[in-house]
Amino acid sequence: MNWIILFTPLFAAVLIALLVHPHPRLSAALSISACLISFLSSAMLVFDLGALPLGSFTWINLSGQNLIIEMGAMNDPLAQLMLLVVTGVGLCIHFFAYADMKGDPGLSRFFAKLSLLMFSMLGIVLANNFIMLFICWGLLSASCYFLIGFWFQHANAVEASKQALVVHRVGDVGFLLGVLGVWWVFRSVDFTVLETMLAGAQVAPARQNLINWMVFALFMGCLAKSAMIPLHVWLTGATEAPTPASALVCAATVLVAGVYMLCRIFFILELAPDVMEIIARVAMVSALLAALMASQQNDIKKILACSALSQVGSMVAAVGIGSVTAAMFHLTMHAFFNALLFLSAGSVIRALHQERNIWNMGGLRAKMPVTSWAFFIGTAALIGVPFVFSGFWSQQAVLVAAWTDHPGVFWIGLMTSGLTAYYMTRLLLVAFLGKERSDVVAGAGESSLLMQLPLMLLALFSVIGGWKWIGVVHFIDPDFVPNHEAGVVVMGLSFVVLVIGTGGALALYRDVEQDPVSIPLFARSFYVEELYAATIVRGQNAWAKTLEWFDQWVIGAVLVRGLSSLGTVGGELLRLIQGGNLQAYVFLLVLGVLFVCYWVLFRAHGGV
Amino acid sequence: MSSVFTEITLNHYLALSGIIFMIGLAGVMLRRDLMVIYMCLELMLNAASLALISFSRFNVNRFGPDAAAEGQLMVLFIIAIAVAKAAVGLALIVALYRNRQTRNVNDLAEMRF
Repeated sequence: MNWIILFTPLFAAVLIALLVHPHPRLSAALSISACLISFLSSAMLVFDLGALPLGSFTWINLSGQNLIIEMGAMNDPLAQLMLLVVTGVGLCIHFFAYADMKGDPGLSRFFAKLSLLMFSMLGIVLANNFIMLFICWGLLSASCYFLIGFWFQHANAVEASKQALVVHRVGDVGFLLGVLGVWWVFRSVDFTVLETMLAGAQVAPARQNLINWMVFALFMGCLAKSAMIPLHVWLTGATEAPTPASALVCAATVLVAGVYMLCRIFFILELAPDVMEIIARVAMVSALLAALMASQQNDIKKILACSALSQVGSMVAAVGIGSVTAAMFHLTMHAFFNALLFLSAGSVIRALHQERNIWNMGGLRAKMPVTSWAFFIGTAALIGVPFVFSGFWSQQAVLVAAWTDHPGVFWIGLMTSGLTAYYMTRLLLVAFLGKERSDVVAGAGESSLLMQLPLMLLALFSVIGGWKWIGVVHFIDPDFVPNHEAGVVVMGLSFVVLVIGTGGALALYRDVEQDPVSIPLFARSFYVEELYAATIVRGQNAWAKTLEWFDQWVIGAVLVRGLSSLGTVGGELLRLIQGGNLQAYVFLLVLGVLFVCYWVLFRAHGGV
Repeated sequence: MSSVFTEITLNHYLALSGIIFMIGLAGVMLRRDLMVIYMCLELMLNAASLALISFSRFNVNRFGPDAAAEGQLMVLFIIAIAVAKAAVGLALIVALYRNRQTRNVNDLAEMRF
């Protein structure tokens, strides 16, 4: 059953790429039904509706080296929840994507790439060993690259896809080192085996350093995929992808793959508490910086991408402070409301003919009521409007987890939620409320029903997803005991920052024509990209220039052309001897013989 | 009379062989007629054979009577092969002559790069 879940999207992608691509509608249908089949089989598996037993096979068996790679599928609550999230949210996005992308000449290609992304992500979700995880990790980089570069006619998209690939590869290298480290230290790559082996294990002090580095290397993978500072540069570029693809990347796949991976290998993280502390700090700082960046972006998709990064930061921080439950809970809720936000933004962008600048929007509420309401619900869930919306419950879970032992994480998290409320209110006020700021808005109309349906479905889950009777928390951890005492305090504090954030944005952005606040530092993502351009890119270019010089002059001129001209010139000289005169040849032969005789008789043995 | 002329030793044979070889070599290097050059080549070959057989004859004292027989055998082989070589070489010269109507090596100077 699991293999159907995993391989149907790949099958669809291959089929589209090889056969079906001249027929866009058929390709879309194929990709959507592949996602549907994956979703249904996941549901059958999770809710125990007659799913077949899980299969596994031995891929590599080097028993002498202790390297036995048993390809199989995880079937624990973590994987099951993630399966439902990825396929469920993915399905909504697939449907929306068909409506959104209809008429694009590359529709078949788009769906093939989308299916490939689904396959890679499901592979990560189901992976039962590090090798399978790493393979799908790389595939995820590749499919992310494909999707960002989908509109390859635009130079921006091409640049962004290249950048994303390079950044992902940086993380992949670290991750690979981590995987090798795991195999080296523990002599196994199988999650189940490792978990049994490491249950309650104590690290010898002498090995602590090694384990720390290993865990940090593994975290590198998460660093790139989840776009943590300082590898966050690819994320704003990822908005160059078609909006449904951005939604899938940010809400349910690439961005959260890092979180899922950390949850999956949590038993290894636990061996290195110091590194977990670092992870929590890096993630929380990333969340805060992302929220600051979001507060100054003007591109609606970039705001949402930064907000996704900010939320993912708090998930990773939750793992770092040891609460897998809170992280996965927030991941699930975030998948719903972030997908909802992205898709509503996609609906807006389509209605406004690819206009993405919020300062050219305004007054969309009257023009596109369903989309606007969907966006409002998504925003309410994201900023955590108390008691009703899903995001509230999951953010509470993260903050409560940080409350007792990690005050730093808690306060930064609280600040981030205040900022979230601020920038989302800014977005709402500028783009959806107020008056129309450009002609494109005047001509805009509500999107088709096919686009509205996924929005409604996601909006429903963005509201009820966190409610107790849905039971996401208890699905992950049946023994989860909520901390009511901390809960009340945290609830009060987050309500206060929510009010401050929303109020601040209301005061600043009510009926304004242009941005009253201008902080280039935030708008330009803290100049990290410029920093990379000035250091890494420049250094690399200089190094490349040096190598080019070496290649051109040392290898090309001296070694290759020098040696060849030595042969040519020598040949030309020797050619003079070959005059065709037989007797001259004989004469030279005799000279040669005389020389040999002289050599043998007088020189070879040290002379007579 | 000095003993140089009373007793014929290995050195006499080797000197003779060397003289014949030098005559052949000079012929090869100086004469223009292909036929003469060819005959001079035979002369050089036979000079070498003569040297070999003298060595075998005069080394009987060192290696026993079989050495002479072996040396002669070797030279017989050389003669047989020289005959075969002569047949091939003459055939080539005849063919060349039919083609070019000349035996002068100066006129046959196309063997160059």
